[in-house]
Amino acid sequence: MRKVGIAASGLTKFTKEDISIESLMISSIKPIFDNTKNLTQKDIDVVLTSTNSNEKYLANIISELAGISPKTAHSVESLCNSGTNCIVSAFSYISSGLADVALVVGAEKSDSPGLVLDWDKSRGQYKHPIYWSSLFTSSHMRKYGTTMEDLAYVSTKNHKNALDNPYSCFDRSYSLEEVMSSKNLTDNIRLLDCSMPCNGSASILLASEEVIRNFTDEPIWLSGIGQKSISAGFTKNSELSSMQSTSSAASDAYLMSHTLPSDIDMAEVHDAFSICEIMALESLKLVKPGGGAVFVKELYETNNKKINPRGGLIGTGHPLGATGIAQTIETYQQLQGEAGKRQVEKAKTALVHNMSAAATSSTVLILKS
Amino acid sequence: MNRFEQELKNNNLVCSECLKCNKIVWPPSDYCNKCFGDVTWRKISRNATLVEYSCKNGDCFCIAELEGQIRVIGTIQDKSDLKIGQSLILERCDYDGNEKFIFRAKRND
Repeated sequence: MRKVGIAASGLTKFTKEDISIESLMISSIKPIFDNTKNLTQKDIDVVLTSTNSNEKYLANIISELAGISPKTAHSVESLCNSGTNCIVSAFSYISSGLADVALVVGAEKSDSPGLVLDWDKSRGQYKHPIYWSSLFTSSHMRKYGTTMEDLAYVSTKNHKNALDNPYSCFDRSYSLEEVMSSKNLTDNIRLLDCSMPCNGSASILLASEEVIRNFTDEPIWLSGIGQKSISAGFTKNSELSSMQSTSSAASDAYLMSHTLPSDIDMAEVHDAFSICEIMALESLKLVKPGGGAVFVKELYETNNKKINPRGGLIGTGHPLGATGIAQTIETYQQLQGEAGKRQVEKAKTALVHNMSAAATSSTVLILKS
Repeated sequence: MNRFEQELKNNNLVCSECLKCNKIVWPPSDYCNKCFGDVTWRKISRNATLVEYSCKNGDCFCIAELEGQIRVIGTIQDKSDLKIGQSLILERCDYDGNEKFIFRAKRND
């Protein structure tokens, strides 16, 4: 298997402004061509698009709009972890030798059809994601004594971190009291415990070890990948206080990259809801089971940006198909030492956790400088 | 409406059962997801167990398990003093564009 690295990236600001999928995508591709030395359209072998939108033939449309005639062009959809699934597909094309350079483009609109999984009959009338997150929360509270204040620390921390992210949908912080008193959606989920669907796009350029230095002097390597799908239906989750698919994906990613959880300097984790960050930290083995809430509070109180420095999904907004790519871009910038005010000191090894539909599937990436 | 939805509308909860290996296939499907055998429809027992619950505006919703393996999210009508693992009865099911499963606590009397 050939080594695959990240050579460049581009983002749009996450926003509530109504912009077409095509415009969003081309806007995040532009900075890659503007800022990458030696890169021309002829270098791109593969164009993959990541979205839950209903647009057809999108990768080909985007290729045409970008003046690219790739060997391979298609879309990848897997609800909220479409973005990292798309990166893994591009990785596979390159590592197998079928391609040398791949452009991965993710985008979503705030009214995405990917927000609710209608297929899942077992969710009954409770199809909206707040219901599974509320049941996760009940279970975690029952097992570990997690409190509403513990959950509020996740949102407060991530909104605070997002203030240093120029691409965030939000431009203000929220105090612990504001999160605690925000509107109750269920008995244990408040409005500010939720990530917000928005419009946005993120693009990333991957290249093989053989050609990557044509485009960058400081490639960041994708050293570990783990993926797991346990089901599509939420109620097939046998365990409700941890993320089974995340644990499995993380084990594979750590093994592939010869990395231990203790080696991770910073991580982007999928905080679709406050409880998800706490559960993810535990399932990724970055803390012990039940240790997630105390860890998050400590991060907030010490202004430690190790987890979700860009603000996570809660602080930044959640354009489904772009989210996993935006998470990966954050780790790329962190490992390059280019994350500005968000920079985690001496970050050499980073982790991305991106999941879908109540953690029925997860992707974990490990990146190294 | 498909057969499953029609049955729900008639207050019947049904699933697929494999004619070859007898496995219950949930959610209903065209073939068994263990051996790809043909399936038939069969009623699911209305006895259930409470797996987890939460509430919204005073109304409670829960994961209930039927026949030791089929889990659905439904409403609990009688929500006083709920305990994980307690017995529930599927009081009513329905379909109005969404599947509806309505449970109540099973009493000893």
